Amino acid sequence: MQTKRTIFPNKALPYLLLAPQLAITIIFFIWPAGQAVKSSFEREDPFGFRTTFIWFQNYTRLFTDPAYLNSFGRTMIFAVAVTLLSMAIALLLAAAVNRLMRSGKLYTTLLVWPYAVAPVVAGILWWFMFNPSIGIITYVLSQLGVTWNHRVSGLDAMILITIAAAWKQISYNFLFFLAGMQSVPASLNEAAAIDGAGPFKRFWTIVFPLLSPTTFFLLIININYTMFDTFGIVDGTTSGGPAQATNILVYKVYADGFLGLNIGSSAAQSVILMLIVIGLVFVQFRFVERRVQY
Amino acid sequence: MARIELTGVTKVYPGNVEAIKNLNLSIADGELVVLVGPSGCGKSTLLRMIAGLETITDGTIEIGDTVVNKLEPADRDIAMVFQNYALYPHMSVRGNLEYGLKNRGTPKAEIAERVNEAARILEIEPFLERKPRQLSGGQRQRVAMGRAIVRKPKAFLFDEPLSNLDAKLRSHMRVEIRRLQRTLGTTSVYVTHDQLEAMTLADKLVVMNGGLIEQVGKPLEIYSDPQSLFVAAFMGSPGMNLIEIEQLQALGASLPDMVPANTGTIGIRPEDIVLGDAGPEHISLPGTLDAIELVGSESLVYGRADGLNKELIVRAPGIHLGEPGNRITFSIPKAALHCFDRDTGRKRVATANAA
Repeated sequence: MQTKRTIFPNKALPYLLLAPQLAITIIFFIWPAGQAVKSSFEREDPFGFRTTFIWFQNYTRLFTDPAYLNSFGRTMIFAVAVTLLSMAIALLLAAAVNRLMRSGKLYTTLLVWPYAVAPVVAGILWWFMFNPSIGIITYVLSQLGVTWNHRVSGLDAMILITIAAAWKQISYNFLFFLAGMQSVPASLNEAAAIDGAGPFKRFWTIVFPLLSPTTFFLLIININYTMFDTFGIVDGTTSGGPAQATNILVYKVYADGFLGLNIGSSAAQSVILMLIVIGLVFVQFRFVERRVQY
Repeated sequence: MARIELTGVTKVYPGNVEAIKNLNLSIADGELVVLVGPSGCGKSTLLRMIAGLETITDGTIEIGDTVVNKLEPADRDIAMVFQNYALYPHMSVRGNLEYGLKNRGTPKAEIAERVNEAARILEIEPFLERKPRQLSGGQRQRVAMGRAIVRKPKAFLFDEPLSNLDAKLRSHMRVEIRRLQRTLGTTSVYVTHDQLEAMTLADKLVVMNGGLIEQVGKPLEIYSDPQSLFVAAFMGSPGMNLIEIEQLQALGASLPDMVPANTGTIGIRPEDIVLGDAGPEHISLPGTLDAIELVGSESLVYGRADGLNKELIVRAPGIHLGEPGNRITFSIPKAALHCFDRDTGRKRVATANAA
C-alpha cells in the first residue's frame, strides 16, 4: 500500500507538535518511574534525615523475605483465578448472547455496566454481600451450613476478592468475546452443522479455535488487570488480611511504603512490578500476531 | 442418491414477509436442477430450507422418501457448497475434508481412503496439508467441493459456488462441476443468478421470481419458449426485446392475422431481428442507431425504432460497424414473435409460432 507523504521543511515543527505528548509522558510517567528506580537503590533512616545508596540490597532482601515470596505466590493464585473465572463466565455469556437476534443488544448494554463501577465500589459491594454479620450471601451460606468469615479465613478472603475482581472484568471480556464471535462467518457454523457437528462440538471445534487471538489478547489483559488494577478492591475489602492472605504485590507496595514507611523496599517492589508489566506487554506484542492460528 | 420432493413449500419471515409462496417442485434422482432468478427471488432461501438452515413455515420437503421438515441439517444427509466456500480456516485441507466424516464416527481407515479418493478426483492432493488461506480461489473452490463429495451424501446443494471466481476460472469450474455431477450421479440443486451457468449446467431449469416458480423446463425449452414476460426478459443476455402492441399498431405494422387476441406485448429475441430490409415475412421498423458493442464474434446493436419508446437490441453476427445517429431498419421476422397476454403476462399461443 502506498501512503502519501507530506514533507514539512520546518525542522522545529515536528518537535513542537510532539511536545505536549512528550511533556505529559515525561512528567507523569518517566520521571516518577525514574524516582522509583532511584529510591529502590537507597535506604532512608527512620526519621528521614539520611539517605544511603545501597545498590541492590533492597532487591536481594526482598527475595529472601518470606512475606514477599508469600505475596508473590498469592498474587499468582489471584491472577490465575480471576483470569480464568472472568474469562470463562464472559465466554459463556457471549456464547449465549450471540445466539440471540434482537434482545442481544439489550443484554450487551446491561452486561457492560459492571465495567463502569470503580474497583473500590465493586469491592465494597461484594464485601457487603459477604459481610459475616449482615451479608445476604453469608446468610444464605449459613442456611446451607457453610460458615463464611473472610475476616478470619484467608481462603474466604481470597475467594471474596477473586469474585469482586472477576465480576468487574467480565464485562470487558464479554465485549471482546462477543465481537470475536460475531466476526466468525455464519456460513462456517452452517457448514459445520451440515457436517454433522452439534452446537457444543461446533463451538469447541470451530468457534473457539477461531477466537484464539481474542482469547490470547484477553489473557494478557486480564493478568495485567488483576496484578495492577485491583488495588482498590483489596483496599476496600480485606486490606491484605487476614494474616497476609490477600496481600497481593500491588497492595504490598502501598502497605510497605505508605503504611510501613519503608520507601526503599516499596520502590524496589514497584520496579519489579514495572518489569512484569513490561514483560507482559512484550509478550503481547511479540506473540499476539503469531498466535493467530489461521 | 435420492429424489427431492417439495410440496406446497412456504416460507414466511417475521413481519409477514412471504419469501416462498406455496411452491411445488420434484427433482428426480441424479438430476441437476438449477434455480435461477434475480436477487431476492427466494432461490437461496429455498436452498437453505432444503439444507435445513431455514425453518419451513408450511408444506413438506422430502429427500429420498423421508420428510425432512423437522430434521437437523446433519440428519438430512446432504452436502452444501457455499458461495464463500466456508472452509474452516484453522484446519488443513485434509482436516476440512475429514471433519464431517469424523463427526459421523466413520472408521479411520475409511476416512483416509475417502479423503484420498476425493483429493484425487479433484486434483487437490498436493495441497492436503495446507491451510485454506494458502490456496488460490480456484483451489479453495475444489476443497469446498471435496468436502461435499467425501461424505457421499444423498444430494449436493450449491449456493452460487462460482460467483467468487474470475470469469475464466468460472467457466472452467462450471464444466468440471457438470462432469463431476454426471460421474457421481448425485442429485443436485444449484442456485445461481448467472444465466450462462444456469443454461449450461441444468438438466432442469427453474426460473423463480418473487417467491414463485415462473417456469420449469429444459434450458433450451425455456430459452426458446418462455412462458411469461418475466422469463422472456430475464433469460438471455441481453434479454428479449419487449414491445407493447399498441405502439406497433400505431405505427401501422401488419400484425393482426397472426397475433392471438388479448395480446398486450410481443417479444423478439435480439438474435432474431435482422438489420436492413428483409422481405414481406418481416415487420419493418425504421429507426436510429444508438450504440454498438463489439464483442468480436458478434455485435450488439442498440437502436431506437421511430415511434417506439423502448430501445431495441439486436445481436448481429460478426462485426457490424456504424455511427450513432445512422439510420437503420429493424426487420422483425413474424415467425419468431412471442406473444404475451395483456393482463397476466403469460404466453399466448400464436398461430405463427406453432412451428
